[in-house]
Parts: sequence; structure tokens; C-alpha cells
Amino acid sequence: MGVGDCTQNHHDQIDMTSPSDPILVVNNIEVIYDHVILVLKGVSLSIDKGGIVALLGANGAGKTTTLKAISNLLHAERGEVTKGSILFEGAEVHDLSPNDLVRRGCIQVMEGRHCFAHLTVEENLLTGAFTRKDGPAAIRRDLDLVYGYFPRLKVRRTSQAGYVSGGEQQMTAIGRALMSRPKMILLDEPSMGLAPQLVEEIFEIVRRLNHDEGVSFLLAEQNTNIALNYATHGYILESGRIVLDGKASELKENEDVREFYLGVGGEGRRSFRSVKSYKRRKRWLA
Amino acid sequence: MDLLNGIFIAPFVQMADAPDFLVQVLWEGFVSGILYALIALGFVLIFKASGVFNFAQGIMVVFAALTLVGLYQKGVPVILALILTMAVMGILALAVERFIMRPLVNQPHVILLMATIGLTYFLVGLGEFVFGGEPKQMITTELGLPTGSTEIPFGAQGVVILQHIDIAAAVIAIAMVTALALFFNRTRIGRALRAVADDHQAALSVGISLHQIWAIVWFASGLVALATGIMWGARSDVSFALEIIALRALPVLILGGFTSVPGAIVGGLIVGIGEKIGEIYWGPLLGGGIESWLAYMIALVFLLFRPQGLFGERIIERV
Repeated sequence: MGVGDCTQNHHDQIDMTSPSDPILVVNNIEVIYDHVILVLKGVSLSIDKGGIVALLGANGAGKTTTLKAISNLLHAERGEVTKGSILFEGAEVHDLSPNDLVRRGCIQVMEGRHCFAHLTVEENLLTGAFTRKDGPAAIRRDLDLVYGYFPRLKVRRTSQAGYVSGGEQQMTAIGRALMSRPKMILLDEPSMGLAPQLVEEIFEIVRRLNHDEGVSFLLAEQNTNIALNYATHGYILESGRIVLDGKASELKENEDVREFYLGVGGEGRRSFRSVKSYKRRKRWLA
Repeated sequence: MDLLNGIFIAPFVQMADAPDFLVQVLWEGFVSGILYALIALGFVLIFKASGVFNFAQGIMVVFAALTLVGLYQKGVPVILALILTMAVMGILALAVERFIMRPLVNQPHVILLMATIGLTYFLVGLGEFVFGGEPKQMITTELGLPTGSTEIPFGAQGVVILQHIDIAAAVIAIAMVTALALFFNRTRIGRALRAVADDHQAALSVGISLHQIWAIVWFASGLVALATGIMWGARSDVSFALEIIALRALPVLILGGFTSVPGAIVGGLIVGIGEKIGEIYWGPLLGGGIESWLAYMIALVFLLFRPQGLFGERIIERV
């Protein structure tokens, strides 16, 4: 909010292929849980300042792990990035704590909302400002800003977050992240368990935040259709590898994406057995 | 018949006969209840923020009191000794965070419980090594705590005797609880503490530093331990025997709920007053000595019917 670097970037104009100014670069990372379970086998991606990038894939493909590797929440789950590098605004994040990263403007909204159930909605929002040092007046202003984006939260602000609806919890979680004045939000499955109408509403707000506040987004989603409608670029993960990436509009037209992720394959029904696993491109070796 | 009379009639007749004595018993119960509450408070703070049942809370009480008295006996002025003791509790908090909490994060709770049992024996050894094992006299007057007592006339010819030190204990306990409640509900750190209590992962994700929060709660419960040590030490001696009062706090916690500050207070009062009343009026029926197990019986009943305690946070489960 008020970051102001690149609020002008309209989502049509970003071109990922040009070596423009990425806010986040993930370079061929490998993640191992508990010293034995290899989850990510070389994932690379890059997000331009002011971009919305969708990370797509089925359950267990490694979307959440990728996000947690970036936000450094992996340690708490005994996961470790063993290869590759992650650069946020050009700085290696490996040795930063989640606290440092939030301070620098990169915050994650976890899958399944994770609101503080016994705190009120407003207290939840205020915890998002934990790392800030710019005084109560500025925090108060941002609270009003969040209420501007999510008027329903203002109505429910004194309710315990454990008792508000799923949509309101998702809004609380996003609002809480906004309170840290992020440059980049890692948004994990915002659509999970929400009614289609609410999903639409949440994504509209993501678009507005991106446009008006200049916040970049990395969205992990299973709902490929809606994610590609709102994102500028997409990456498709399969068993811990990126198998396909490109502009959102191109991905939507890609035959395999239509077949496997959008469920609108062209030439009638095919037996699943006759379908080969997606031909993996070599990019993860690069 | 005698039994029923002994349970349902005789005690109440006795109470009505000597109301001043009843008030005296209630007061005694109130004061020990407050001391239980203070110990329970130390537990609650740590349990809320880290889910760890801190077995070492009892020895922290002894250790704090020993340090204070030990420093004074080594010739340190009393105010400086008090400040130094607080500093020692602060260092202890940092050390516990660094060497116990941090390496054991994400381990099952029972491992952390074992670690606090280990901490207990470490502190016993350290305390004995530095200050010696013999019981010490709490430096009550030097700390400016009142001694003596007031006799308040009660009813026709009765009197109730109030020990000044007990009054001071009550006042200090109430002040501490109020301060803690304000801290939890009104400050940024307090809010973060409650956030951590609710969801570690989410707290991490919004940039709350668990290391910082843990150090703060251990320090806060160290300060509570110091206050408890002074108050309890003033009533008996400062000795390692005090360590077992930690176990006396267990029924208090079960009654009040492991996560509730008001619960610790109310639980403490119920146990304190219940014990005294039970011992005086119903004890003789069972040959006395019920003070030592009554609280555990009550706790057992609570575990069966209201496991989250009186004030424990309702477990919010959405369907």
C-alpha cells in the first residue's frame, strides 16, 4: 500500500519474457522434508513487480511448498530448501526469518485462512501490523483502508474470528496480510471451500489491490479457470516440477491445459490410460 | 444418621455458632487461594503462548526467592538485589528460549514437558550450588513488606485476625493480575501473544517472532514466580520443599482452565477456600487431613464434566 513502485503496470502490458524488473525470482529450488522426502525437484519462476502470477497444479503438486519455501515457513515443518536460490528484490531469502521477510514486504496468506480464532476480526487485522514501526496513526489509516476493501469486516470487527463465515475469514486473512504494507502477497488457495460467488469477489479484490496498491501476487490455485482469468502469467506444477508456463491468455488456449485443468478437451472423451503424463520440458534443468 | 448429621447439619451449626471463626477461615482460604492463583498464573502464561506445561514453574519460584535472599545475604542492598533477581529471571528466560524452546520447536508436547522436568533438576542443582541447600528466612521487613496483624472486632464478641503480610499478598496479586490482563488485551505484544497461542503457523506467517514472544512469556512468568516466592517465603521458609507447590497448582489449572488468566485466579480461590473450609468443618469426619487431597478430587470431577475448566477457552470448531 502506497508502495508506489509500479502501480501503473496494467496487467496487459507486462511481458514476462523481457528481462524487466522482477520482484521475486525462484531459481531451480529443491525442497526436502524431514531430510528424506523430496517434494520440489527443481522449480523456477519469476514475478514482475506489479504482476499477478498463478501457480497451478493438482493436490500434492508442490504449490504450497513452493510458497512456504519463499516465505521461509518451511523450517517450522522440518522442510528445507537444499538447492537453488530464491531472490526477493534481489536479495537471497534463505537466511531470513519470516519476520524479516514480512518486514521487507513479502507476506504469505496461508491455505485454509488460519485466522486467530479467539481474537476478534479487528485484532486479527492488527496482528498483521506487528512488524511495523510507523506508529498507531499510520496503522489506524491502513485499518480503514482494509475496511474500505472489505466493508463486511467492518461490520464484523468485534466478532471472534473463529465464528465468522469462511468468506469473512478469508477476507480477514488477506486484510491481515495487507496490514503489513506488503509489496508482494503469496496467496495460497484463496478459493478453498468458498462459494463461487465469494471466490469471484475475493479475486476481484485481489485485482483491485494489485491495480490500486501495486501489490504483486503469487497465487497458488487449484481452480485453474478463475486463476487464469485474473493472473497475467501462469506456471503449472506437476509432482514438484514446473511443466508449463506462459501468459495466462496463452495457457487458457493450450490444448493440454484445457484437457487436464479446465476439463474442456476438444475431441470427445479420452480414456485416462491413453493419456501420457505431460511431456516435461527441460526448463527445470536449466 | 451420625454420618448424615456430620455432613449436612453439624458443620453449618458450627459455622453459625461462631461466625467470626468462619470469616477467619474464609480469609485464610482466600490468602492461600491467591498464592495458588499466582503459581497457576505462571503456568498459564507459558502454556498459552507455547502449549508447554512448564513443570519447572515450582522451582522457578524457589530459585527466584533463593536468589533474592542469597544476594541480600551476600551484602547486596535490598533494592539492588531485587533488580538483580529480576535480571537473573530475564537471563533465565532468554536461556530457556535459546537452549530449550528453539531447538525443540515442533517436537511433541511430551518432549517439551520432559525438557521442563530437566530444567527443574538443573535449577535445583544450580540453586544448591550457588546458595546452599539449607532453608532461608525471607527478607520480609527489608523488602518493606508489613508485618504484624490487625484484629477486627466481628459480631458480638468475636475477632478476626488479619496478618498484614496476607493483605499485602492480596494487593500485590491483584495488581499483578490487572497488569497482566491489560498487557494481554491492550498492547501489541499482548495481542501477538494471544495470536501465538491460537495458531503458531499463522503467527509466524504475519511476521510475529516466536523467539521474542517465548522469551517474553518466560520472563513474565519468571517475574510472577519471584512475587510468588516472596509471598510464599514470607509465610514459611525459602527452601526447596516449596518446589512441590507447583503440583498444588495443578488442580487450580484444571478448575480454571489452562489458558485463562481469570480462570487461574478463580480456580485458585476455589481451591484455597474449599480446602480450608473442608479441612476445618468436614475434616474431622474423615479423621482430618483432607486438605491435601480435596483439591485433586474436585479437579477429577471437573475433568470428567468440564475438561476445558471453568474459564478455559471454548474450543472453537466449525462444521
